[in-house]
Amino acid sequence: MNMRIFIPRDAAAVAVGADEIATAFEQVATKRGLPVEIIRTGSRGLCWLEPMVEVATPKGRVAYGPVSAEDVASVFGSMTSNGPHPLQLGVADEIPWLKRQTRLTFARCGVIDPRSHGDYRAHGGYKGLERALWLGSDAILTEVTASGLRGRGGAGFPTGIKWKTVAQAKADRKFIVCNADEGDSGTFADRMIMEGDPFLVIEGMTIAGITVGATKGYIYIRSEYPHAVEAMNAAIVAARRGGYLGDKIVGSTYSFDLEVRVGAGAYVCGEETSLLESLEGRRGLVRAKPPLPAHHGLFGKPTVINNVLSFAAIPFILAEGAKAYADFGMGRSRGTMPIQLAGNIRQGGLFETAFGVTLGELVDDIGGGTFTGRPVRAVQVGGPLGAYFPRALFDTPFDYEAFAAREGLIGHGGIVVFDDSVDMRRQARFAMEFCTIESCGKCTPCRIGSTRGVETIEKIINGERVSENLALVEDLCNTMKFGSLCALGGFTPYPVLSALKHFREDFVPAPTKLQAAE
Amino acid sequence: MTAVYEPSYEPWNETRGAEIIAEHAKQEGATLVILHALQEAFGYVPEAAIPMVAQALNLSRAEVHGVFTFYHDFRHKPAGRHVLKLCRAEACQAAGGDALAARAEAKLGVLLGNTTADDRVTLEPIYCLGLCATAPSAMLDGRLVGRLDEKRIDALVAEAQR
Ligand SMILES: Cc1cc2nc3c(=O)[nH]c(=O)nc-3n(C[C@H](O)[C@H](O)[C@H](O)COP(=O)(O)O)c2cc1C
Ligand code: SF4
Ligand code: FES
Repeated sequence: MNMRIFIPRDAAAVAVGADEIATAFEQVATKRGLPVEIIRTGSRGLCWLEPMVEVATPKGRVAYGPVSAEDVASVFGSMTSNGPHPLQLGVADEIPWLKRQTRLTFARCGVIDPRSHGDYRAHGGYKGLERALWLGSDAILTEVTASGLRGRGGAGFPTGIKWKTVAQAKADRKFIVCNADEGDSGTFADRMIMEGDPFLVIEGMTIAGITVGATKGYIYIRSEYPHAVEAMNAAIVAARRGGYLGDKIVGSTYSFDLEVRVGAGAYVCGEETSLLESLEGRRGLVRAKPPLPAHHGLFGKPTVINNVLSFAAIPFILAEGAKAYADFGMGRSRGTMPIQLAGNIRQGGLFETAFGVTLGELVDDIGGGTFTGRPVRAVQVGGPLGAYFPRALFDTPFDYEAFAAREGLIGHGGIVVFDDSVDMRRQARFAMEFCTIESCGKCTPCRIGSTRGVETIEKIINGERVSENLALVEDLCNTMKFGSLCALGGFTPYPVLSALKHFREDFVPAPTKLQAAE
Repeated sequence: MTAVYEPSYEPWNETRGAEIIAEHAKQEGATLVILHALQEAFGYVPEAAIPMVAQALNLSRAEVHGVFTFYHDFRHKPAGRHVLKLCRAEACQAAGGDALAARAEAKLGVLLGNTTADDRVTLEPIYCLGLCATAPSAMLDGRLVGRLDEKRIDALVAEAQR
């Protein structure tokens, strides 16, 4: 039998050389006359070990990483001789960082060949859809509601309620829209699952279609993710060929088909109504709500719009039952959350775990602190609209309400770590600047307020009338918070005010420097 | 490293433009789809194409122009031979991206958002490539590069200048 070597095709692995490694393995194998089969997988999410290469052995898949081009020959030697190697990490499934996780959504990511419909089915794929087909709409709604699943895109709205609203709406056409705009810095779970297990997203969207009576779905992927676009398109073609998309899916009475649409570099198009405008071919201006997309969505029709991870959580819920999912988590945050550890962090990557783990555990223990080796000073959770937390708040459990209680948000689950060289004035300025660059322009507090915000923070940086200007920034933030139509203008105050509150010593001039909070 | 990927675009041609527009015009809400397709073929969206898109989609020129200018991706003139995008978002900032961006600007003699005088390199900011755990990140003509350091950024700049 051929030796089977698994190498990720995930964008992050490719960015650190996975393609070159794959070629090198092929060359070494040819030179030594040993037949190998190279399978390009997704990533298991241990990003600091990428490119991580695995080989099938009788005791399981043995991993090596991070493998560089110079290591390929010796790693290959170790694979064939079963000998030790400094880069050997043992059986992949036994790596403590992986073993500690609860992988419900990412169970197959990094394991299977994302281009292979057969591989997906062989690894338990479509069990959720099959059960959904015989359960029917009402029973699916009961399951999804009972699972406690809340939208993973940021706002945390209960998915069951959203689906029920669309299911009950009367219309000639309905739509399913997958929000794959993932513009937040520090987040990449949507990208990873689309590249590593695209059929899962298709399955989740198909179940949504069956549930609410929609026959067409769109996946709106940001243009910054060409690999995800390619992976989703390939998977859609394969699913159609396999009879899992198109007319009368798997011999049932239901029809459902999907199309990928590519964004054009506008962060605000992640906001659901802006995304719908963009899908309709217009400028991504945010719509006032109500009407909700559930009543009046894409092309004016009732529309389910969910984040990639929300759809990706559905197949497990249907296959294993609502309780199996809801048993994980804390409070009103049920199930698991794929948490993304990024920035200046030693062990960055994707860590799927039940809600409730503390921020400190995630950063210090799981993430291993900074890669610069300097102390962690600030952590931004929830993307560019999320608050900066100091060490003093590291006991906050990862839970929607717990973060909100401390004027933060978990958003899409991205955690960006900064060491003590960070200048929080610049981070506050950047938050405002990002808002000016990305504002859709519809409301004045967001469009003009953020511009004034940049100017005022610049004055503070230059030491001009600092206390007056600090008061002005706070005032501006309040105006933005309460006068903006959507969360771009409305939440930009989170990073700004949290920087002011928790890292005040960075803003006040040296002579009057306050005692550091810690 | 893989060979330098040289983007090659067709020169603007009305017949070809009309063909591309017709190919996509039947899709619902096709404006972005068409603008992407035009840019993929010609490297930018020629001014002359705007009224053609408007006509095909039964929109006003102003509407199409409005869409075209709203999105950061669409260009109204060709970029340099190579496009080097540096991620400027928070995770890359945290990993030392600011200094590397300044270094690239100095080496190329242009600020982010500009093209070198010899039209070889367009240097652009991008806000997150989803490689935040292997930051800082860049994209050279569609090829992703993570874990940037001074050596890697210098190599990327040199490659782009070739
Ligand atoms: C400025 C802005 C950007 C957003 N970006 C995203 C995004 O990239 N992906 C996403 O799923 N939701 C994003 N959202 C949230 C969406 O508006 C919406 O809540 C979400 O798509 C609903 O799906 P869910 O219920 O599955 O979370 C954004 C919201 C705002 C205000
Ligand atoms: S807050 Fe900003 S992005 Fe949101 S609708 Fe208003 S102007 Fe547009
Ligand atoms: S912040 Fe730079 S890749 Fe995400």
